[in-house]
Amino acid sequence: MSQLWEVFVRGRRGLSHVHAGSVHAADAQMALRNARDVYTRRGEGVSIWVVPSSQITASTPDEKDPFFDPSADKVYRHPTFYNLPEEVRQM
Amino acid sequence: MTAKISAGNTDPMARPRFIYALRLGDDALILAQRLSEWASRAPEIEEDIALTNIALDLLGQARALLDYAGTLEGAGRDEDDLAYLRTEREFTNVHLVEQENGDFAHTIARQLFFSTYQLALYEELISSTDELLAGVAAKGVKEAAYHNDHATQWTIRLGDGTDESHRRMQAAIERLWPFTPELFESDDVDRALAAEGVGVDPSTLRSRWALSIAEVFSSATLEAPQTTWSSHGGRRGVHTEGFGYLLAEMQYLHRSYPDAKW
Repeated sequence: MSQLWEVFVRGRRGLSHVHAGSVHAADAQMALRNARDVYTRRGEGVSIWVVPSSQITASTPDEKDPFFDPSADKVYRHPTFYNLPEEVRQM
Repeated sequence: MTAKISAGNTDPMARPRFIYALRLGDDALILAQRLSEWASRAPEIEEDIALTNIALDLLGQARALLDYAGTLEGAGRDEDDLAYLRTEREFTNVHLVEQENGDFAHTIARQLFFSTYQLALYEELISSTDELLAGVAAKGVKEAAYHNDHATQWTIRLGDGTDESHRRMQAAIERLWPFTPELFESDDVDRALAAEGVGVDPSTLRSRWALSIAEVFSSATLEAPQTTWSSHGGRRGVHTEGFGYLLAEMQYLHRSYPDAKW
């Protein structure tokens, strides 16, 4: 009866939700509560999303080369030529 | 032990406050102990963590309240002395919190009944003129609200779930119902402290509790139990059979290895 849910937690205002892990629960409301208990009990979060794991479409290891390798040699896409001031932490 | 004997607190108002803080602290402590018995035994690991999280919230409340009780008593007893070195007849928790876990539905029913009461209590106690009690309530009210939500969600899902879960949830509320009137009994200590604005007279919380429980029963398709007998005596130190076993387990380590640290 229990299904699997993926949990996304936002650490604080201004940051985005980050995948934290997964929980079992019978429905979305219970999944949200389980996620709260499992992933935010050390003060990690201000907001939680839960998504049925079955609703996530993921790339497979087989697709790794065609998906990700072509970007490796395009250094001009990386903004590595800028000097960031110290105060800018979240980029 | 001689160091612990002292004249005690001579402030005449300290004694009722001591009794009151001890009662609230004992309720939280004993329910925390019962809930922690679920560690590694809950139906799912998520629920294992949920129940023990709730236990830890309650233990935190118990520590603050028992520590305060020790100060009010003025006899040199700290929170550990009060938790681990009192005998059964010296504990003043209500019978509801000491009831065995039973199946998951019983644990949830106990949790629903207690958290609904504790939430109402803390909402009132926030405005206590006693700074420490008000502080415990301000912190505890958020915890109790979550405990209440957790129990409510489960009661609805079990009650309005399968035939088997409905049967078990109904059996659980019937088994535990007789332990609920004791939550709202008040005596001279409660009334005196309520009159001073220090404590809350528990009898004033009953109608709010009944209303909230009736709503949950209705969403959960549960029938309100019709039992007429009720269990009393916890506040006077008279307890039900299972309580001695609970204390034996809770106090064993401290009594065997006094002042052990880890």
